[in-house]
Amino acid sequence: MIVDILSWISIGIGAAFILVGGLGLIRMPDVFTRVHAASVADTAGAGFILLGFMFQAGLSLTTLKLVLIFVFLVFTAPTASHALARAALLGGLVPWSRKPRDPAP
Amino acid sequence: MRHALSLFVGLYGLWLVLSGHYTPFLLAMGAACTVFAVAVALRMDVVDHEGHPMHLVGYRIPLYWGWLTIQIVLSALQVGRIVLSPRLRIDPVLETVPASQKSDLGRVIYANSITLTPGTLSTSVTADGIEVHALTRQGMDELKQGGMDRRVTQVEGES
Amino acid sequence: MTSLAALAAVAALVVTVFLALIRAYLGPTVYDRVLAVNTIGTMTVLLIAGVGFLMGRPEFLDIALVYALINFIGTVAVLRYIRRRRARDAEDAESAESAEGAP
Repeated sequence: MIVDILSWISIGIGAAFILVGGLGLIRMPDVFTRVHAASVADTAGAGFILLGFMFQAGLSLTTLKLVLIFVFLVFTAPTASHALARAALLGGLVPWSRKPRDPAP
Repeated sequence: MRHALSLFVGLYGLWLVLSGHYTPFLLAMGAACTVFAVAVALRMDVVDHEGHPMHLVGYRIPLYWGWLTIQIVLSALQVGRIVLSPRLRIDPVLETVPASQKSDLGRVIYANSITLTPGTLSTSVTADGIEVHALTRQGMDELKQGGMDRRVTQVEGES
Repeated sequence: MTSLAALAAVAALVVTVFLALIRAYLGPTVYDRVLAVNTIGTMTVLLIAGVGFLMGRPEFLDIALVYALINFIGTVAVLRYIRRRRARDAEDAESAESAEGAP
């Protein structure tokens, strides 16, 4: 029973983080800021949802597999984000900035 | 050799978790596959302290992961509040943060930790530091205080 | 009761996939689209796991595991392709310019 409630809470938090990430993906002004929003969904959202599933699965092989999925996500997500941001910078994108850019000489 | 043995144990453990069937025949086949995978890895020359960092295994890494998890949740909440606020309160900055790690592996752990934390994103790893894109000026200042840098150096330091 | 929680998670995931699809459609640069596709991939991994729970078939987790790895490799491969193409285009433009400039 307590485990059920914990699972509910965890999945709810994860779903909220994922929705916030999706919303940020729409609202943010440029690629780099969008990566920040997406990483909320990728790490916090995925982590809490998988934790919720783990509570439901109990101590079994299923939980171990969920842990493995989480480990793979956590190891690959930052590498993909880093590659994306680096490619965007090398591709000539200038990060959006609140302050107006220095006037060209 | 120690690395190859440890790689074998790790891969066989992974195979056991994914398989779920434990008859003698299948266990033997799994062992054969694992030996083949280790042999390929040895031929590729990736079984060293960098490709298979067994010297990091200890009590420090779980402690660091726990600390990092708390950081991730806290900064995810911060970024979530920014996204939900009607006026987007963002002030993105791109600056280089000093990194005190000695080895490439330590640098990679630091850069990955920065990217994993919502609100900060490493864009380039250079000789004198890590170039970071932060969502807010405040996030960049927190990173520059060096708490994460110090912890990563401690984790790396035992080698 | 427990499946209801999984249903809530699946609903949130589907909404986010749609938001990411909008971004992939609008995205001014190709990097926006790659980011959106990467996010959709991560959401799909969770979706497969969630649907597996809803249908009472935990074997789906193996598929989710493989999808997580393929998603990562796919993203990096597309980024590499874009970089190569950019470099080749720049080279072509340069050689075209020098050919024009020649008497």
